[in-house]
Amino acid sequence: MIELHQVHRDFLVGDQTVHALNDINLTITAGEYLSIMGPSGSGKSTLLNLIGLLDRPSSGQYLLDGEDVTTLGDVQQAHTRNRRIGFVFQAFHLVPRLTAAENVELPLILAATPPQERRERVAAALEALNLSDRARHKPEQLSGGQRQRIAIARATITEPAVLLADEPTGNLDHQSGGDVIETLERLNRRAITLIVVTHDAELGARASRRILMRDGRIESDKRTDRA
Amino acid sequence: MFTRDFLRLTGSALIAHRLRSFLTTLGIAVGIAAVILLTSIGEGIHQFVLAEFTQFGTTIVGINPGKTSTHGASTGVFGTVRPLTLEDAQALQRLPFARAVVPLVQGNAEVEAGNRRRRTTVYGVGAQMPQAFSMQVKSGRFLPADDPSAPRAFAVLGSKLRHELFASENPLGQRLGIGGSRYRIIGVMEEKGTVLGFDLDDTVYIPAARALELFNRDSLFEIDLMYAADVRSETVVKGIRNLLLARHGREDFTITTQEQMLDVLGSILNILTFAVGAIGGISLLVGAIGIGTIMTIAVNERTAEIGVLRALGARRAQVLGLFLGEAMVLAALGGVVGLVAGIGIAQLLHLLLPALPVHTPWLFVILAETVALLIGLAAGVLPARRAAGLDPVEALRGE
Repeated sequence: MIELHQVHRDFLVGDQTVHALNDINLTITAGEYLSIMGPSGSGKSTLLNLIGLLDRPSSGQYLLDGEDVTTLGDVQQAHTRNRRIGFVFQAFHLVPRLTAAENVELPLILAATPPQERRERVAAALEALNLSDRARHKPEQLSGGQRQRIAIARATITEPAVLLADEPTGNLDHQSGGDVIETLERLNRRAITLIVVTHDAELGARASRRILMRDGRIESDKRTDRA
Repeated sequence: MFTRDFLRLTGSALIAHRLRSFLTTLGIAVGIAAVILLTSIGEGIHQFVLAEFTQFGTTIVGINPGKTSTHGASTGVFGTVRPLTLEDAQALQRLPFARAVVPLVQGNAEVEAGNRRRRTTVYGVGAQMPQAFSMQVKSGRFLPADDPSAPRAFAVLGSKLRHELFASENPLGQRLGIGGSRYRIIGVMEEKGTVLGFDLDDTVYIPAARALELFNRDSLFEIDLMYAADVRSETVVKGIRNLLLARHGREDFTITTQEQMLDVLGSILNILTFAVGAIGGISLLVGAIGIGTIMTIAVNERTAEIGVLRALGARRAQVLGLFLGEAMVLAALGGVVGLVAGIGIAQLLHLLLPALPVHTPWLFVILAETVALLIGLAAGVLPARRAAGLDPVEALRGE
């Protein structure tokens, strides 16, 4: 469902051009569990942002479900992000002044979903993550693990096909990191395509398909068939 | 996005920084209050002055001897000017639209009654003066319609002069000496009060022909003509001009309509109101800078939030709208608070100083609120554009 053909992404730093992504060819099928690993500056975050339509390739082609999304305008890109892509960030990025429930509701508000339907879906999403009793709490009143699970609920409330996670456990202790991974993998088992960018070798190894990046290129692409 | 959600998001951002929002709002409120207060006073004075002038009626045309190229007092070259005479007044009387014609001579003279003397303003007028200037006789009657060239020696007193000379006595039928001649008092006018510093009650009215004699003049000061309300003032001016041209041979007189006077006066007073309003506007400008500053800070503080909103599917236009909305809500709230404060202070001032007229037209209220909204828009547009233009990847990295 995700196809990248000869994708390049160049940045101009000072008067030097940096090839953050250098001729990336990648095909990801629906429902895959994929980890992207590699040292800092290897381009893994850039790749994730590009797949998430937060960034555009300098050249090359990006097909999402067979549709060329590289040339979409702002409105269609925003719509695609809203409906088909979910983001989970290392720093959670919850809106601090909104309650947990309101944070989860945000994508639906932006999409102008009717309030009644919104309430039901948010309640169901919080219920599924065992966070119903935290609905009215502000982010600052939640633990790190709870915050990241709220962020996951927010990323998946519009039922996207792809969930992108950038170092989802980077700011968490081992225990809550485990909870978060558990939550993500449960979503993957229910057919969501999960792409995780991480430094953490242990976390990366859990994925059925593991991509290693170096200097803007894909160095290795390994699969294990899961039982 | 629904309007309600939009307002909720905007509101939550403003409430999250209560003190800051309050202070920013206060900046606009002070500005709007100043504008409303100053223009209320200006407009009050405007209406007050116009009322003073229109109390004599609005369908009046004044004819003065001499011709000047500008409106106002006629300082024409008297040597070459024919006097305006009582005969001119009589001729004007015959114009079809003339309802009342009043010849006018004015001067100061000492009047005496019994053993009391007082310097006062003497008006030589015609019998139709009360009609022309909507003035009322309180007791007795006004000057009769005698032969204008040889009127009987009657006098009518202004209410203040009556009190000064006769106290509680009945003045009707009493004798009054003006400049050596004797007059019989046949009436007393209703109180008229002071108009622009002239006491209209400290006066005595006598027939115009006798006043000309008294002050040794051959020309009237002015002839006032009241015309029928359904006739256009242009027609009136044209009629008068033709008649006097025929009588004088050239245009050695000036015709001033009440309309013209009110127009000139009105535009002067409008400039005054506008000027004081503009002074208040300076404080509005300061308030606008406050909003611009706060919104710039808000965009900087919330870059990560902007990035998240974009990642969650917010369009650039939605981000722009949210930040513009915040600026406009701040300004609109400030506007409402300022309106209430401005009108409140204006009314309080009126209560404390009843002499100070105050008036707040609805147009100003709506205008002020609109200005407040526009200020919010203008002050918010730069920071909001910056927010909308942020690269989401950069914005997310910003924390």
